[in-house]
Amino acid sequence: MTRADVPFVSNLPRKGAAGRFFAPVAGFGVTMRNIFRRPKTEQYPRQKLPTEPRYHGRHQLNRHPDGLEKCIGCELCAWACPADAIYVEADSNTPEAQYSPGERYGSVYQINYLRCIFCGLCIEACPTRALTMTNDYELQGPTREGLIYEKQDLLAPLAPGMLLAPHPMVPGTTDADYYRGDVTQAVRKQIDWVRENRPDDPSLPEVHHG
Amino acid sequence: MTVKQEWAMTPPTVTAIIDGIRVTVPPGTLIIRAAESIGIEIPRFCDHPLLEPAGACRQCLVEIAEPGPDGKLRPYLKPQTSCSMVLTEGMVVRTQVTSKVAERAQRGIMELLLINHPLDCPVCDKGGECPLQNQAMTTGQADSRFTEAKRTFEKPLTLSTEILLDRERCILCQRCTRFSDQISGDPFIELQERGARSQVGAFDPEVLDFDGYAPTGLAAEDESGRPFSSYFSGNTIQICPVGALTSAGYRFRARPFDLVASPSIAGHDSSGSAIAIEHRRGKVLRVLAGNDPEVNEEWITDKDRFAFPWSSLDDRITRPLVRGEDGELREATWPEALARAADGLREAVSGARSKGVGVLPGGRVTLEDAYAYQKFARVVLGTNDVDARSRIAGDEEEAFLGSRVAGSGLGVTFADLEAAPVVALIGFEPEDEGGVVFLRLRKARGRQKVFTFAPFVSRGNAKLDATLVPTVPGLEGAALDSIRRGSGTVGDVFDGLSQEGAVLVVGERLAGVPGGFTAAVALADRTGARLAWIPRRAGERGAVEAGALPGLLPGGSSAQSAEAREGVARVWGVSGLPLAPGRAAYDILGLASSGGLSGLVVGGLTLSDLPKTLANGIAKAPFLVSLEVRLSDVTAHADVVFPVAPSSEKAGTFVNWEGRLRPFTAALQTSALSDHRVLDMLAREMGVTLGTPTVEAVTAELARIPIDDSLRPPPPSASGPSAAEAARRAKATTLATWHALIDQGSLQDGEPFLAGTARVPVARMSPATVAALGIEGRVLKVSGPGRGTISLPLAVTPGMVDGVVWLPMNSPGSTVARTLGVAHGDTVSVKGSES
Ligand code: SF4
Ligand code: SF4
Ligand code: SF4
Ligand code: FES
Repeated sequence: MTRADVPFVSNLPRKGAAGRFFAPVAGFGVTMRNIFRRPKTEQYPRQKLPTEPRYHGRHQLNRHPDGLEKCIGCELCAWACPADAIYVEADSNTPEAQYSPGERYGSVYQINYLRCIFCGLCIEACPTRALTMTNDYELQGPTREGLIYEKQDLLAPLAPGMLLAPHPMVPGTTDADYYRGDVTQAVRKQIDWVRENRPDDPSLPEVHHG
Repeated sequence: MTVKQEWAMTPPTVTAIIDGIRVTVPPGTLIIRAAESIGIEIPRFCDHPLLEPAGACRQCLVEIAEPGPDGKLRPYLKPQTSCSMVLTEGMVVRTQVTSKVAERAQRGIMELLLINHPLDCPVCDKGGECPLQNQAMTTGQADSRFTEAKRTFEKPLTLSTEILLDRERCILCQRCTRFSDQISGDPFIELQERGARSQVGAFDPEVLDFDGYAPTGLAAEDESGRPFSSYFSGNTIQICPVGALTSAGYRFRARPFDLVASPSIAGHDSSGSAIAIEHRRGKVLRVLAGNDPEVNEEWITDKDRFAFPWSSLDDRITRPLVRGEDGELREATWPEALARAADGLREAVSGARSKGVGVLPGGRVTLEDAYAYQKFARVVLGTNDVDARSRIAGDEEEAFLGSRVAGSGLGVTFADLEAAPVVALIGFEPEDEGGVVFLRLRKARGRQKVFTFAPFVSRGNAKLDATLVPTVPGLEGAALDSIRRGSGTVGDVFDGLSQEGAVLVVGERLAGVPGGFTAAVALADRTGARLAWIPRRAGERGAVEAGALPGLLPGGSSAQSAEAREGVARVWGVSGLPLAPGRAAYDILGLASSGGLSGLVVGGLTLSDLPKTLANGIAKAPFLVSLEVRLSDVTAHADVVFPVAPSSEKAGTFVNWEGRLRPFTAALQTSALSDHRVLDMLAREMGVTLGTPTVEAVTAELARIPIDDSLRPPPPSASGPSAAEAARRAKATTLATWHALIDQGSLQDGEPFLAGTARVPVARMSPATVAALGIEGRVLKVSGPGRGTISLPLAVTPGMVDGVVWLPMNSPGSTVARTLGVAHGDTVSVKGSES
């Protein structure tokens, strides 16, 4: 017997007489039910409502309390990403240019928001808590290049007590001290170093406060 | 064949049972290998097929029972390491697959190994390709019971400018120390301390003993207290099963899963080592050794491994350059540059005052490129003046190559070299000029006798336990001729070379010695030894096969034979080939420098290798076409420069010294063109179809070239220096020189970490010569006919032939050809000085 020989039998439940009678207009039920409710429409972009607190928005590359970057360029985020949206290149910290505690830092960091599906797997993969997500959902733009966010677009803003990287680690500490949270803010020696090497750095207290 | 003979030829075997499976292997097979052969993988760290078993890491524990004298199975009380135990008849092995005991033992070892392992995988270069990471997943447990502080070390330890050691990651498997000891012979690190403090460490910096083999850059001390220097150290990084050894150049640069690995062939020496070029987004990040048991096994030199940045430096040429009216080079389009080059060459070949054009492909081109160069010379330019040997090279060498090498297929192989009972080296320094050839010879140490015709026993030769046949540079021919049946070293060499399988290795330096090749061939014929020609550059054997030599046509027939010319002309579809005998590279350059040529077509040639007088030929050539990868001192004089691809960006074939074809494809896809393609376009512009647009086209045409042994050139017959000349030399100071493996070669540019592992340039002399010449001071000033002087620290070398001074050929502060204008075997004058 071929397929064509089998008579067609619907597997939908067969309705009763009343059901069959009202079937052509049943769809209006939804319309009727909602016609008297308050509209849920948001007036974006005139009115911007806060997201849920754990909304998956734009990524952020966090800093240690003295301003050094947390990212060590390990590429685990890039590895975890199911959409292949992240590109990382690492490099060695040097005494002249220390970006993160320890030996290694992320020198190139890109997230392609045309690919990202905001699943957050990268956040779970990050061993240093360098990568987290903000609630910023306004990711749009006229060009493809513009939607590839670079490291400077993703780095967290400076909080009080932070100095822009690169600068040396807090004297006498190791990267382990940073991870344990023993470093709480930039110290005199670090500020002096930045003052000497980048006198116009906007994160210096004097430049900062005018 | 009788049944009895058949039985005699069946190799003996042992049969045992592994995890319930019957396995039959040759006697002496390790349990771990036998298990592999039936697809059972036992976890391991220290085990490496090319190193002797160590049983150091204990990861490969299995349960074993062996039949006792009474035939009853007796289990071992404890699990045993399968990497250091040989499978015996009737043994019953149970691995982690079937044995709870083995599984538990392996799990325990893994826990122990991880106790002090830092778990800094996110910043470790090995992460993603790490045997420890992988086997911790398969064999380890998810939780750790260890809560105490881990052992830490200051990191990293700089073993050399290139090799860094992070001791806290080390699992003490001793692969690196065993490699250094057993394979390369440069023991530099060793296990130190005991118990939890055990570590791989360098040696005591207090005991310094300067003998002129120290590296240029910072380095830890080796076992003899000398700063560590090895030409093969990069291999330890690749075999370290954790990320304890890293290279400064690659450290933190990438993750293995970013990289695309393209198999390729190394182009730094004539061995044709298999490599993997690993790249990301069009940029090469590292080179690893490939595994080719017949050629380089799993090892490569540091030069093959680390010297790759040269082709991506800022001076890379990406578009054709043409010399404008103002005398400056400017970028041009391909059609414009091709038209200019074609016009210039046409004028040079057939203009009113034409004196002809010479072609110098350089020694690093592929077989296909060399073929295109010589065909271009013979068909388009109508000349035999084509020579890929951009070094001292004469007719005698050509006669040798034509009669013994070209078109002879696979001759002496790496395996033959390893199996040879006796190897004699002449004009050849295995460690500096042979790369992995040295490792093969060293592998045979203890089973093989090595003789070296040299002025002194270099460190490389000392590691081979080589016996010196004291030889004055330039008089190698006489030294070879002196080998006769008799007593003493001379008799030993004769008897040795007369043994079945003995090999006489000749190197590129012999080409500069009158009568050298004649004597080498005579000695080989006299003793029955096999001859192996091991040139230094990757393209030389290919150039010989392709006929990129003035007197040789493709296939090895003589350009002087009318029949040979006719055969090749028939394949090429031309009416005839040029008749006038061609000139060797140095003669072409000499002619150009005296205004005797109208033009030159030059491939990869480095002027620093040439004496100044010859280098001037490049500047003097009225019309110069250069095919180059980077701007160089040749392109600086060129009228038209065509950009060509480095070997990582093109397909082609190297022919290694064995005569083995080593084809490779492009690792990086770029728009750069091969030399043979550029020449094909240029020929078309000149109205000739060269037929070399693709590798396939060249291969197909090469296959049609007739090979006829009767058309080969006659064997070399030249006489060495006269007795009077020899006597004169005996009184003078003679120069011995060769290229150090790591020196100033332009293919090593852009890698400062590698440059730091180069040996400090020194001048060597015997104590007697130093005394006889009344040399005082720590520095030797050497001068030749050129105006320059080379001043190097003097390393007094006991056992060296008297009246000889040795200098590295092209190292920082010692550019022998350029500064002194002399070569190996020439006379120099020396003077001592304090600074
Ligand atoms: S949120 Fe998901 S898709 Fe987006 S970058 Fe992270 S891992 Fe990739
Ligand atoms: S963001 Fe985190 S996971 Fe990504 S590279 Fe940096 S440290 Fe690694
Ligand atoms: S450094 Fe690597 S290869 Fe050497 S002993 Fe340690 S783990 Fe083994
Ligand atoms: S692999 Fe057997 S002890 Fe290391």
